[in-house]
Amino acid sequence: MMTTLADIRREFPLLARTVRGKPLAYLDNAATTLAPRAVQERVQSYFSSCTANIHRGVHYLSEEATRQFEATRRKVQKFINAADPAEIVFTSGTTQSINLVAHSFSQQFLQAGDEVIITAMEHHSNIVPWQLACDAHSCQLKYIPLLANGELDLDKLPQLFTPRTKLLAVVYVSNSLGTLNPLPQIIAQAHNHNVRVLVDAAQAVSHLPIDVQQLDCDFLAFSGHKMFAPTGVGVLYGKKELLDVMPPPYTGGGMISKVTMTASTFLPSPERFEAGTPNIAGVLGLDTAIDFLTAFNRQELQHREDELLCNAITSLREIKGLRIIGTAERRIGVVSFVVDNVHPHDLGTLLDHEGIAIRTGHHCTQPSMRFFGIPATARASFTLYNTPQEVTRLAAAVHQAIRFFT
Amino acid sequence: MTLDIHTQQLYQQVILEHNRTPYNFRRLDDFTHYSEGYNPLCGDHIEVFMRVLEEQTIEKISFTGQSCAICKASASMMSVALQGQATSGAKSKMQLFQKLLQGENITKDELGKLLVFATIWRYPARVKCAALPWHTMRGALEACSLVSTEQEN
Repeated sequence: MMTTLADIRREFPLLARTVRGKPLAYLDNAATTLAPRAVQERVQSYFSSCTANIHRGVHYLSEEATRQFEATRRKVQKFINAADPAEIVFTSGTTQSINLVAHSFSQQFLQAGDEVIITAMEHHSNIVPWQLACDAHSCQLKYIPLLANGELDLDKLPQLFTPRTKLLAVVYVSNSLGTLNPLPQIIAQAHNHNVRVLVDAAQAVSHLPIDVQQLDCDFLAFSGHKMFAPTGVGVLYGKKELLDVMPPPYTGGGMISKVTMTASTFLPSPERFEAGTPNIAGVLGLDTAIDFLTAFNRQELQHREDELLCNAITSLREIKGLRIIGTAERRIGVVSFVVDNVHPHDLGTLLDHEGIAIRTGHHCTQPSMRFFGIPATARASFTLYNTPQEVTRLAAAVHQAIRFFT
Repeated sequence: MTLDIHTQQLYQQVILEHNRTPYNFRRLDDFTHYSEGYNPLCGDHIEVFMRVLEEQTIEKISFTGQSCAICKASASMMSVALQGQATSGAKSKMQLFQKLLQGENITKDELGKLLVFATIWRYPARVKCAALPWHTMRGALEACSLVSTEQEN
């Protein structure tokens, strides 16, 4: 039986609060999701009952913390269906995961004159690391362009590949447009040209079941805090054959095999990428967040979220002077829009005064904003605890804002 | 649904009117000073044009760009306040305006109608919106072609 919306909402204590005297409508889930009670308790339990450093002690608490930490690695492995737990590297989030690959993969595999392909809809965290890597290794950065509806212009992809192309980095679901990219098609084409693929799954992970073996991506990055876990914890998945030959970007304790006064050798993945004491409490929170998410029938959940998004798009589209930015056929979780004569920033403030939290700005996707000729959008983003009533409130508040400013 | 008191405090009628029909919202062809202001956090972007006479008087000042109501109204009211002023007077007015945005008590004698921005300090995310036109104006006077609300290297 499907869990009711009311049951789900009870698991998120923050949803009960008011903001500026109004019930909170939290529609900024693409920025960060709220944490359910179970995740909060799990984080707390690390501090109240098993605080210890991992992989370092022979004492009981250290062994217990290590056991829980490594159990999470296997849980993540299962969650995204990776072949080996050694393919799961804990990071601080998607940004660090991508930077790790941009640094280490590039150092190992990029030579002057090589090429990297990304897309015009990427988040800055999947653009800037590649700009720096390409600068550092004298490589060329190419972009898959956008279409007017916010889909990738994949007709242009074949001609971007050359024998010098080494890697393609692409977002699974766009954080500013909601576009769901056809990854199987993109990855198959890339592999035909012996090009490795990194997937930014930050926006996808809470909405879609992810199977890295089925996708056959070479790397995949996501953050805990966009899937009901705490901030400061994330995952990099990488194929073992790649991770084991990539140099560590940071060095220190916990990642060495042997250190002498003149040289050091490194442990294989994942340890070689996890120098220093990690965010243990955050990783355990991620463990519980995966339990929370996977307890649902993901298909039913997705169906309900699709319905809500569709409902939001329909009500917003009816508003005169409102234009939806990103009208791809397959969209997930996000609706971005602009309103004639009302700047997104002002809209955000007025909605905030109604207790409605949305994001306004460029969403760290300035190249896509420039493509659409706008400086910013208002963005409402939904997840499993959002309600049709919240969508109604959103539309009513947008109407009111338009009346106020015109 | 009625607008709550906070919305009314932030978006006072004067601000709404300047946003709808801003003063001096155009390019100047014969400008002597120019600067572009940018807030990378929200995408606000304005350009300030000034014609400054030899004796350091601001003969004309205008602006263009895409920005929120707070920024646009601030730019419009700034242009009205600085027209005909000495450049030194413009700079000291800016200092007073900055104090106002930080919540300090400024009198009507000192800033006149600009006091409508006196409640902005309660909205930390919006202070930069009101400040951007003034920073851009100062940038123009100091021959700085691009001004950002965020420090850049």
